[in-house]
Amino acid sequence: MNEPIRRISVLALVLFLSLMAVASYIQVLEAESLNADPRNVRTLYREYGDFRGPLVVDGEAVVSSTPVDTPFNYLRTYTDGPLYAPVTGYYSIVYGRTGIEQSENALLAGSADALFWSRLGDLFAGEEQEGATVQLTLRAAIQEAAAEALGDRSGAVVAMDPRTGEVLAMVSSPSYDPALLASHNTDEVNENYRELLADPDEPLINRAIAGDTYPPGSVFKLVVAAAALESGYQPETLVNAPRELSLPQTSNTIRNYGNAACTSSGDTTTLEDALRTSCNTAFADLGLEMGWGIIDRKAREFGWGEQLDIPLSAAASQLPDDPDAPQTAMSALGQYDVRATPLQLAMVASAVANDGQLMRPYLVKSVRGPDLRVVETTTPEVFSNPMTASQAADLTDMMVTVVDSGTGQSAQISGLTVAGKTGTAETGSGGPPHAHFVAFAPAENPVIAVAVVIENGGDLGSEATGGRLAAPVARAVIQAALALEGGD
Amino acid sequence: MATVSELRVRSGRRAEVVLLAFGVTIAVLARALVDYHADVLVLGPLGLYAAAAVVLAGACHLVIRRFAPAADPVLLPVVIALNGLGLALIRRIDFAYEARGRDTSFGDAQMVWTVVGAALLIAVLLLIRDHRTLRRFTYTAGVVGIITYMLPIVPGLGVEINGAQVWISLFGRSVQPGEFAKIALVVFFAGYLVTNRDTLALAGPRFLGMRFPRPRDMGPLLVVTLTALVIMVAQTDLGAALLFFGTFVGLLYIATERLSWVVLGAGMFIGAALVASVAFSHVAARFDAWLNAFDPEVYSSGRSEQLVRGMFGMASGGLFGTGLGEGRPDLVPYAESDFIIASMGEELGLTGLMAVLTLYLILVQRAMRTAIGVRDGFGKLMASGLGFAIAIQVFIVVGGVTRLIPLTGLTTPFLAYGGSSIIANWIVVALLLRISDQARRPALEHA
Repeated sequence: MNEPIRRISVLALVLFLSLMAVASYIQVLEAESLNADPRNVRTLYREYGDFRGPLVVDGEAVVSSTPVDTPFNYLRTYTDGPLYAPVTGYYSIVYGRTGIEQSENALLAGSADALFWSRLGDLFAGEEQEGATVQLTLRAAIQEAAAEALGDRSGAVVAMDPRTGEVLAMVSSPSYDPALLASHNTDEVNENYRELLADPDEPLINRAIAGDTYPPGSVFKLVVAAAALESGYQPETLVNAPRELSLPQTSNTIRNYGNAACTSSGDTTTLEDALRTSCNTAFADLGLEMGWGIIDRKAREFGWGEQLDIPLSAAASQLPDDPDAPQTAMSALGQYDVRATPLQLAMVASAVANDGQLMRPYLVKSVRGPDLRVVETTTPEVFSNPMTASQAADLTDMMVTVVDSGTGQSAQISGLTVAGKTGTAETGSGGPPHAHFVAFAPAENPVIAVAVVIENGGDLGSEATGGRLAAPVARAVIQAALALEGGD
Repeated sequence: MATVSELRVRSGRRAEVVLLAFGVTIAVLARALVDYHADVLVLGPLGLYAAAAVVLAGACHLVIRRFAPAADPVLLPVVIALNGLGLALIRRIDFAYEARGRDTSFGDAQMVWTVVGAALLIAVLLLIRDHRTLRRFTYTAGVVGIITYMLPIVPGLGVEINGAQVWISLFGRSVQPGEFAKIALVVFFAGYLVTNRDTLALAGPRFLGMRFPRPRDMGPLLVVTLTALVIMVAQTDLGAALLFFGTFVGLLYIATERLSWVVLGAGMFIGAALVASVAFSHVAARFDAWLNAFDPEVYSSGRSEQLVRGMFGMASGGLFGTGLGEGRPDLVPYAESDFIIASMGEELGLTGLMAVLTLYLILVQRAMRTAIGVRDGFGKLMASGLGFAIAIQVFIVVGGVTRLIPLTGLTTPFLAYGGSSIIANWIVVALLLRISDQARRPALEHA
C-alpha cells in the first residue's frame, strides 16, 4: 500500500500548494483591487481612524481632529469652517478629501516619507503615530476682511504677498461648512452632500482657482500695457483713442463704457490716460497694432496657460488660439476667449508690485512633525520676470492714476497710495457683467496684491462695474493687510 | 509491489524537546504580542500562561517518552504551535469584540478545551497501547460513527447553528458530534478495507475495462457511505460530506490500489454535487454565493457577505499582515471559528498564512510517513486516513474562505474555536502518535 500512500501524500501536497496559490492571489495580486472596493470598510477605518494633523492659520488650528467614540476615532472639526473651506477642502469618510486635506494628505495622515524617522521613533516609543501639522500662509484678519467685504455675493478674492508669493487670503463665495461632510453618520453626510451639489450657487467650487474661469475684461489691459511697455511704448506715448473703433473684417465697432469718449478732445491720448480711463478703443487698437503674438507671449510670462499646484490645483488661465483681427481686438480687452482665475489676476498685480518679478504663489508655509520639528518649509521662488523694474515702475504709476483719478477711485484709502485696475467683463450671455478689481498697496513698497471678482453684477445687476462693486472689497482687504503690517 | 523499508531512526525524543521548545515559544510569544497590542500585557499572567504551556507540553512529552517512546517527534510540537497560535488569535478576537461592546471569552474557553484535549491525548496513549486493538471494533466503530453523525437530526437533541444542523446540546454546551464520528468512521473504513481489500480489488465483474467488486463485498461499505451522505445532506453540512467522501475514496484507493475508484468516486461526487446544487435551494445558494460573491446583489442579500468580508480582511493584511491587534477581524462574522483563517490572513499576512499552511502540511506528511513506515495494513490505512482527512479538511476550510470552492461549515483543526473540534483533533494526533510509535519502534529495537 505504500505506493498509493505516497501518491495520496503528493495529492495532499498539491492541495496545499493550490491553497497557497489562491491565498497569494488574494493577498498580493488581488489585494489592491480588494482594498479599493467601496464595500471594504477596513481601508476606510484604517485611513480615517487615525489621528490626523491639524491645519493652522496664524498659529491657531482651524481644522483639527477631535477624539470621538465612533469606529473612526476622530472627528474632523472646524473653526470658521466656511471661511477657510475653499482652501482646506473637506475630509469625508464618504466623499473623500479635497483641498489641502487632499494635497497634503500624506503629511497630515502621518504616512509621508518626510515623517519616516518621526514614525520610527513613535514605533519604538510605543506612541501612536500622529500626523503632521500644516501651517498655511493665510492671515486670519485678511481672510475675514475679504469674506466680510464679499458678503454673500458670488465671487472670489485672492490676496498675495508680492514679495514672497504667500497667499494671504483666498475666499470663494458662496462657501460651505466642511463639518457637514465630516460627520461619521453616513446618512447625514449623504444628505448634506446632495444638498450642496444641488445648490445652484455651487458652494463646493473654489472660484479663486477653479470652476468657471472668468473673462478678465479690462484687467487684461494690464497685460497689454506691459507688452506695450516692453515694445518701447512709454506711459506718455500717444495712442489712438477714437470714440468708436470699427473692427476690420466685420461691421462691428468697439465702444467705450457708456459709449463715452476716452479723450476730452481729439482722437489720441497717452497710454497712461488710456489705462486710467480704461479706454476700450485705445487698447483694442493697441492690440491690433502689436499683434496677438506679443500679447500672448507676455500673458504667458504672467502665468497664463500654466496649471499651477499651490499645492491646490489651480486651473490654467486660457488664451485664444490664433485669433484673427477682430478677435484680437476683443481679446486685448480681456474678452472673447481670454479667461483667467482670480489667482492669475492677483499674480499680475503681484508681478507689477514686486518690481516686475513674479513670485510663485503658495499656500503652505511650513509643516511640522508631531514632535514640532519643522519637516518642510516653502521657500519663496521666482515664477518669472514678466517686466523689468523700470517697466514695472511705469505700470505702477499708471495704476496709481487709475485709483487716484480713474475708474478705481472707490479703492482709495486716505494716507496710502493704492495702485489698481478695474475690469467689467461681459459674460457673453447678455446678463450682468463680472466685476473685477486688482490692486496692490502701498504703491512704493507693496506688501499686498489682491484680485477681486464678483460674478454677474453682484447686487448691482447690469449697473455693476469693477470700480463700483469690486474695488471696495479690495479696499477692505488692503486695509486689513496694512493693519497687520503696521502691527508686526 | 510495496516493499517494507526498514527505517533506521533515532527515538526522536530529544528532537521533540527542541521542537516543543519552539512550539511553546511560538504559543507564548503570540499571546504576549496580542496582549501587548491590546495594552494588557502583564508579566504575571503571561508567566503563568507560559508555565502552563510548558507543563502541558512537558506532561505530554513525558507520557510519550514513557508510553510511546518511538513516536514521531514532529507531531506534538506542530500541534502545540498551531493550537497556541489559535489561542492567541482567538484572544485577539476577544479583544476586538470587546472594543465593539461584545463581551466574549472564547480564548479562555479554548484554553480549557486545549487542556482537555491534551488530557485526552495522554488518556489515549495510556489506554491504547497498540493501535491494532482498534481493529476489533471495526463494525462497532461504523455503527457508532453513523449514529453519532445522526444525532443532530434527532429532534430535541439537535440544535441548528448558522444554518447547519451539526450540533447537539450536551450539558448546556453545543457539541459537534461529527468531529468524533469522523474518527470512528476512519477506524471503520480502515478495518473493513484491510480485511476485504483483496476481494474488493480482485473479485467482481469487469466494466469499461475496470474491475468492480462484487455487490456483497461492497454492501456494508455502500450502506455506510450512502447513509452518511444522506445524513449530511439532510444536515446541510456539505463540507462534512466532501470530507467524508474524500477520505473514503482516498482510503479505498490506498487499500485497493485502483485508480479507477478515484475516478469513479470523483465523478460520482461531482455529479451528486451538481444535482444537489440544482435540486436543493440551500446548496444552490451556496454555489451562487461562491460564484458571484462580489456581485452587488448577492453581497447585499447577505449570502456572500461573510465570505467577501473575509477576503477584504485578507487583502487588507497583504504580505505581512496588519500585525496582531491592528486589523479588524471582528468585521467578519464568526471570525473566531469558521473564519479564523481569514483573521489569521489579515493580521499575520500571507507569510503567516503560508506558515500555518506549512505546519498543516508537515502534520499531514508526518502522518503519511507514519503510514508508510508502519507494517500492518490497518495501521497504514488508519494513519493515512487520519492524515488525509486533515489535509482534506484544511483544504475545504481554507478553500472555502479563499473562494476556491464554495463555503462550508467545517472548522480548521486546532486553530478554530470549538471544543469538539479541538478535542477530536487531539485524539487524532494521539492515535497518530501511537501508530508512529509502532512504525518507528522495530527499527529502534534493531539498532
